Amino acid sequence: MSREHILHRVRTAIGRSAGQPPSAAPPVRLRVLNDDPAARVATLLARVEALAGKTYHAAAPEDARAFVAAAIAGKTALASNAPFLAECGIANLPGVRTGITDREDLRECCSTVDIGITSADYALADTGTLVMLSTPREARLISLLPPAHIAVVPRGRILSGLDELFAILPNAAELTSSMVLITGPSRTADIEQILVRGVHGPGEITVVAVG
Amino acid sequence: MSAVFDKKIHQTLADANLQLAIYSATGRLKDKRTESVAADALPDYQELRTHANALKKHAIENLDHYLEEFERNVEAHGGKVVYCKDGAEVSDFVLDLAKQRGVSLIVKSKSMTTEEVDLNERLEHHGLESVETDLGEYILQLAHERPYHIVAPALHKTRYDVAAIFEKELHVSYETVPEKLSQIARGVLRQKFLDAGIGISGANFLVADSGAVVLVENEGNARLTTTAPRIHIAIAGIEKVIPRAQDLAVFLKLLARSATGQALSVYTSFLSGPRRAGEIDGPGEFYVVLLDNGRTKLLPSRAKRQSLYCIRCAACLNTCPVYRKIGGHSFPWVYSGPIGAIITPQFMGVSHEPGLPFASSLCGACAEVCPVKIDIPQVLLDLRSEVKKAETREKTNRLEKLSYRMFAWVMTHPRIYAWAGWMVRHAPIVKVGPVRAWTSQRDLPPMPRQSFRDIWSRR
Repeated sequence: MSREHILHRVRTAIGRSAGQPPSAAPPVRLRVLNDDPAARVATLLARVEALAGKTYHAAAPEDARAFVAAAIAGKTALASNAPFLAECGIANLPGVRTGITDREDLRECCSTVDIGITSADYALADTGTLVMLSTPREARLISLLPPAHIAVVPRGRILSGLDELFAILPNAAELTSSMVLITGPSRTADIEQILVRGVHGPGEITVVAVG
Repeated sequence: MSAVFDKKIHQTLADANLQLAIYSATGRLKDKRTESVAADALPDYQELRTHANALKKHAIENLDHYLEEFERNVEAHGGKVVYCKDGAEVSDFVLDLAKQRGVSLIVKSKSMTTEEVDLNERLEHHGLESVETDLGEYILQLAHERPYHIVAPALHKTRYDVAAIFEKELHVSYETVPEKLSQIARGVLRQKFLDAGIGISGANFLVADSGAVVLVENEGNARLTTTAPRIHIAIAGIEKVIPRAQDLAVFLKLLARSATGQALSVYTSFLSGPRRAGEIDGPGEFYVVLLDNGRTKLLPSRAKRQSLYCIRCAACLNTCPVYRKIGGHSFPWVYSGPIGAIITPQFMGVSHEPGLPFASSLCGACAEVCPVKIDIPQVLLDLRSEVKKAETREKTNRLEKLSYRMFAWVMTHPRIYAWAGWMVRHAPIVKVGPVRAWTSQRDLPPMPRQSFRDIWSRR
């Protein structure tokens, strides 16, 4: 509609002509922490707990499986298609559905189950954040529609923080249509600044670090 | 000061409950920000601010380049970019698309840009249902009010207000516990998300090198808005574009801390294009509306274009002694507080509310907390000068000019000065028309019983 009109107004106002190369941009500023990778699990889990999330440090995949089995006892759950969940034996736990590849099927299932189980592409230790890329292995709604979300993350995927993430993934758009950073349970303080969890997204979040 | 502006201010000042609500909410947000940017929590805070300012300055100075780069990358990922010069063009675009796709229900996540162009009203006028899904915005939509605050839109509503609004509009029982109120809204809105054909979001950032829209939120409603419906439309001002995804490492650290004191908001979504082959969910169509609506008017002046650096964190509102007394609805447009005081006159023209740039003590607290270092007091001074120049042009400040001329005359004539001093001490001139108007807002210091000249002459 108004493309040419607006771009013309912009160029006239800032004194540039069409196709003129930009001036030199300020340098990229990434300060990757020189932290001890061994300490990241503890930092991540402490941050998640500070945000009212639950945590568990599993020594081995079987350990993670046992923890998740206990967490979902008697409830219904949907697991994403992440290979790591299958590796841990979580995808085939009783009461857990998995392997959904159809959009409508996924919406239906996510609207009814009690718990969504995913892995995460990365986790950021210093903020207690999960980084989820939308792929055939991970759907967006599993970490969003069910009232509780469990994320099972291999230790090697834990980064120091935001700067390291953008150093590793300078342009996530090349890989996916959606990258989401999840930092704690869904919350609002819109009524009298009183904190309420689980307003639209999951009110409960559990992070299981494995290894 | 216009009568409407004046009346709203006095109403707010006289309402004790409202005063308490504004003061405590902004105070809490202000304290959380201070804690989260303190030296032990974020040692490189000042360096990040300086860098953020440099990035915004660079992006605006090369705006056409980054808009075109953004557009190319959105299209490379299968999305579409639409440029709109005003609200009418935005609503025409949305209405056309809704008609073509047979959509009658739209869900919306919080966006100040859509408030700017009254998008909901425009869509509803044409028979579409457009539902706000951020809890605060939803409450206000039901109450037919505009946001009170950029980040905490329903800051002025108590739980009892919300209970009454929900009871009346949603026909539920009167419920005053915030958890329960949130659950009521969650239930109603969950169904809207699943039924809606279009989701409309704003954008916190547009990333040129990725063609991505970045959304920052705590509730999850923006994720649902951009995931559940088959069509996602992001509506953003043209100034939101930043060069690189890696620059988010700077901006994300500043935004949530400045707004609510969180290290990161709960959800930061980085969205580029419709869902790709193999991806299980996400919208099938992805549009980004780039809105001018007056922004290009700010670009020619180097001093004023810094108003476009704003990332809408509202830290300046929470710290402003004026906002904390007069509240959000006293401001004449959707943007309130110090940033509203500089944006509104520039978008709408200084004559929209000529009193606005003067409703500040120029204390500088806003500039001190601004994460992108906008020199708000300087822009206010520039706008004041513009208002005065316009008044001189239109000859509406005759009285003011006359009084300054008289003042100059008195000051340069010692006998008249002495007489005037006696008058001020002995005659009740504070009660005279124009003087009374001035003293109604300010305290005139009490006059000394004896003048310096008297004391001097008796030595």
